Amino acid sequence: MTPLALDIRNLTKRFGSFTAVDHLTFQVARGEIFGFLGANGAGKSTAIRILCGLSRPTEGEGLVAGYNLRTQAEQIKRSIGYMSQRFSLYEDLKVWENIRLFAGIYGVPHREIAPRTDALLDELHFTAERNTLVRALPLGWKQKLAFSVALFHRPQIVFLDEPTGGVDPVTRRQFWEMIYQAADRGVTLFVTTHYMDEAEYCDRVSIMVDGRIEALDTPARLKAQFAATSMDDVFQALARHATRTDSF
Amino acid sequence: MNAIETHHLSHCYGAVQALRDVTLSIPQGELFGVIGADGAGKSTLFRILTTLLIPDEGRVTLNGLDAVRDYRAIRRIVGYMPGRFSLYGDLTVEENLQFFASVFGTSLSQNRRLIEDIYVQIEPFRRRRAAQLSGGMKQKLALCCALIHAPSVLILDEPTTGVDPVSRREFWQILQRLRQQGITIVASTPYMDEARRCDRIAFLREGVILYTDTPQGIVDHFGEPLYAITADPMHALLDAVRCFPGVLRCYAFGESHHFTLAADRIDALRTHLEAQGYHHLQLQPIQPTIEDCYLKLSQS
Repeated sequence: MTPLALDIRNLTKRFGSFTAVDHLTFQVARGEIFGFLGANGAGKSTAIRILCGLSRPTEGEGLVAGYNLRTQAEQIKRSIGYMSQRFSLYEDLKVWENIRLFAGIYGVPHREIAPRTDALLDELHFTAERNTLVRALPLGWKQKLAFSVALFHRPQIVFLDEPTGGVDPVTRRQFWEMIYQAADRGVTLFVTTHYMDEAEYCDRVSIMVDGRIEALDTPARLKAQFAATSMDDVFQALARHATRTDSF
Repeated sequence: MNAIETHHLSHCYGAVQALRDVTLSIPQGELFGVIGADGAGKSTLFRILTTLLIPDEGRVTLNGLDAVRDYRAIRRIVGYMPGRFSLYGDLTVEENLQFFASVFGTSLSQNRRLIEDIYVQIEPFRRRRAAQLSGGMKQKLALCCALIHAPSVLILDEPTTGVDPVSRREFWQILQRLRQQGITIVASTPYMDEARRCDRIAFLREGVILYTDTPQGIVDHFGEPLYAITADPMHALLDAVRCFPGVLRCYAFGESHHFTLAADRIDALRTHLEAQGYHHLQLQPIQPTIEDCYLKLSQS
């Protein structure tokens, strides 16, 4: 049996009388590319914060990388990588300084940082940009670097929160090929996106509506289930009826 | 008269040439899309159109007004949504609107009819601070703020980035209605399904307009045989197709990969892939989309 990267049961988060995340139950296998979709306000960000060990659930339980969500948040944080469009790299630091900083935070042994930095820059063809301020890099390069930094400490799972927001079709594809490579090496990818063609690149996809997972399957089976020709049609069919769409 | 005309616009930031000899004519009431990678010059063009930046070379007119000499008059007829969220996060929805209205010497109550069908969607949250709105709501508020002074030209810099698919569709329905009212709209977008909804599209690369045409015109000029392929395993298939002699490009495209290859080589490719152990091979000729054209132009 494939070991599970995430095993989540009845995960619930309430803020006062408001239930942001409502009894999520799902599993993600190691090496899987799992698409976590939903409209703005559906509860994705709240769920991701819990899965990353940054917030405690009101109800429910789960294992992330084999660690208990309630009692082992610190171990979870060390076993995962995280990248979002809003926060990933420090713009005022150079390329190598960002790598060094995050490697240190995630506890990569000191003597390994320099050789692994060289190898990474070489692989990305970034060697000439080692001393460039991140601010001066084109958006597509920043995103590739941010993803590589999130992978640098060799986490089991990487959470990608809208990693390709605002990126043109060419750069998005380059980014997804990096995702494929990571998945083929056995890393589990947990991805949110508003691009529905990218939903097709996932092994399985869940769609959240008003705090609940309303659909979860492979893209092919979801399209069959909703008699849809594209994932965009599946998403529209489900999310159109959301009462909370866009209100949070 | 065209709503927007640019003549040989060029602009540099230090050694970086952001725009190079850009000449455009956009008739009144057109919904005009601008596509291109990050750094292609889209935002620079928009800053020049909105009089916020004076180009090194060239000339711009909006409704016949000169962008340098008549900048005050132009600012009264242009609504602008910059790429980054440009509202005041510490002000509420209502306060933001009142502020932008007052800057243009009008008020929310006076011009409310202009934004009515968008504003009703965010009005339930009128006392919420703008910083606390979701992506789609922020963009709807920003559009309201750009429309509150009754502009005849709207310049929208990636208005739907970070917005979910349902809200994106709504947002473009709103743009279609504004266009029907005669407002000229120029919008940039990384979403090719949105570009398809424009009357015409300009493709910008490294500061140069490579191509301007209608969505249908762009697709009609693709001019290469295009195929969709699926097989197990999909990830490795990408490189396997790319390595086959004669394949110009191959890229992931939703549920399949798209590639370009001469029709008389297709059977050879199929045989080659089957010999390499690919299963469930499905291969068929397809019509290109705007996104296929974008990918072709980017690599040409």
